[in-house]
Amino acid sequence: MEKVLEVKNLQISFKTFFGEVEAVRGISFDVGKRETVAIVGESGCGKSVTANSIMQLLPMPPAFFKGGEIIFNGENLLDKTEKEMQEIRGNKISMVFQDPMTSLNPTMRIGKQIVEGLIKHKKLNSKEAEKKAIEMLELVAVPQPEKRIHQYPHEFSGGMRQRVMIALAMVSTPNLLIADEPTTALDVTVQAQILELMKNLQTKLDMSIILITHDLGVVADMSDRVVIMYAGQILEQGLTEEIFKNPKHPYTRKLLASVPRLDMSRNKPLHAIDGTPPDLYAPPKGCPFYDRCSEAMKVCKSYMPNFDNHSNTHISRCWLNHPMAQEANSVEGGRA
Amino acid sequence: MVEPLISARNIKKHFDVGEGMLKAVDGISFDIYPGETFGLVGESGCGKSTAGRTIMRLYEPTDGELFFNNENIYTLPRREMQHVRKNFQMIFQDPYASLNPRMTVEDIIAEPLDIHQMYKNKEERNQRVLELLRLVGLGEEHVMRFPHEFSGGQRQRIGIARALALNPKFIICDEPISALDVSIQAQVVNLLKDLQNKLGLTYLFIAHDLSMVRYISDRVGVMYLGHMMELADSEELYLNPIHPYTKALLSAIPIPNPEIQRGRHRIMLEGDVPSPINPPEGCRFVDRCSYAVDKCKQVTPKLEKIKEKHLVACHRAKEMIK
Repeated sequence: MEKVLEVKNLQISFKTFFGEVEAVRGISFDVGKRETVAIVGESGCGKSVTANSIMQLLPMPPAFFKGGEIIFNGENLLDKTEKEMQEIRGNKISMVFQDPMTSLNPTMRIGKQIVEGLIKHKKLNSKEAEKKAIEMLELVAVPQPEKRIHQYPHEFSGGMRQRVMIALAMVSTPNLLIADEPTTALDVTVQAQILELMKNLQTKLDMSIILITHDLGVVADMSDRVVIMYAGQILEQGLTEEIFKNPKHPYTRKLLASVPRLDMSRNKPLHAIDGTPPDLYAPPKGCPFYDRCSEAMKVCKSYMPNFDNHSNTHISRCWLNHPMAQEANSVEGGRA
Repeated sequence: MVEPLISARNIKKHFDVGEGMLKAVDGISFDIYPGETFGLVGESGCGKSTAGRTIMRLYEPTDGELFFNNENIYTLPRREMQHVRKNFQMIFQDPYASLNPRMTVEDIIAEPLDIHQMYKNKEERNQRVLELLRLVGLGEEHVMRFPHEFSGGQRQRIGIARALALNPKFIICDEPISALDVSIQAQVVNLLKDLQNKLGLTYLFIAHDLSMVRYISDRVGVMYLGHMMELADSEELYLNPIHPYTKALLSAIPIPNPEIQRGRHRIMLEGDVPSPINPPEGCRFVDRCSYAVDKCKQVTPKLEKIKEKHLVACHRAKEMIK
């Protein structure tokens, strides 16, 4: 498949008063054309930092790139100047944020907020731009767009605002849409509407989506492939079916077991993951999941394993994949 | 027949918002039995949190009666109310906002004890705080720390310890886990279930996460715009929803299994939840309901028993079963 985006060994840190926070520690993944890739993880795992780094929206300082490449359509985005990035942002790559309540300007009419991007990127005059703005609102199924463009964000409900955000992201028909928790602030029935809308737009406009979420239900619904992140690293990635049916990393397995499912019996206990993710001021040398993993071995504490291939599309990094793991487990009697 | 611990009768809470009456809770009735968990679900703005707070009498009710152990607490004077309230506690949604950042964990947990003068000397107070901390899985080393030193899940544990301080019978959990990560949510839910078994607590569990509510609750009530639409045993409600709104709500929850999720039929609701300010007579769901008939616009359906232990407020409920 043709690749739209390739992230290679990306490392991002933040300089803070207390020292350096290693938010993203060497991650690699790619996104194909018309593909939806979900990045899944808990808060603080670095998924939003990754998303913002692609658009280069991170405040620098305190953030800085320690290494790696972000290749978009064959060019490394990290070599671009701010001016060149402005051409790409909102034009070729767009972003939808989590909170539709705060990401729109409350003092500006909706129409004007959409028109702004059109005039800047598409060099339209204001008449044409307004016509296009109405078209965009129609595209995202906002009723009565001619009337709605003259209203302010507070006159829109949460779901309608998120539609406007999506319309804003779509104005220049981007190749890649980054959706950072697009439905987390919304009710389930509204979430269903927005997810459906995103799917329709994807087929209509031929675009790739990076979906950042912690909701495994949304992942199952939307994504082609899944990337599981934990403490700034990728622990597993694969096709959605592979991840859900045959999770290889203990963290993925535990994550799947910790959410109650509508199609499961109530009487099954919920598997909590004890403890909390590690501190990224001083990230552990070995596997970051070591402290919370019930299958951990001695080696996990000191060394991070490399990725193993389970299929052409499915990889994970865990010492349990090692041929000697069975033996080590029986010698040490389970957990080290 | 077991006597209910809590009986809510036609509870109403209206707010005067200038442009009219905002009917946040508009006549809901239900019973909660000792030792059970009653789940209250609905989307934002449906009045579930207001219902919780009105039951606690944190908001003065506009109308209705609330019987606790056969006593209508809405008629009690302030002083007596304070006494009764020892039996009612609340766990709040936001573990970051519900703990005073300038108080130590010890003082936070002991505050209810201080107010109700539940100890004789300092020694006894310390003992009780420690006992409570251990109960929620924290320890001695946490006593003198401040809330900012804790993670979200730990803070919620502190909130739970505070709620347990007075040995309450009934705890209202208002979205206790929605601010937490999934792996931490399970920890807190398991803790709540444990405590219920150990201490014989009764919960009112308010949440918008329907899969979690199904998991924790024995019975579930579905609210929409201040009205109770459906009320049944949790398993029954999720397997055989009758009200068109419940059906749509359940079908909207994505199931974390791609094979099942992609084959599911989703009932897509059109439009948004209408405004709760001066709502017209009739079923609150009528504008978005694909089964609506003329009667639904004119007469507000009552919550009625359709099947054994299954109450629905819908004029066409009988037809919906078939």
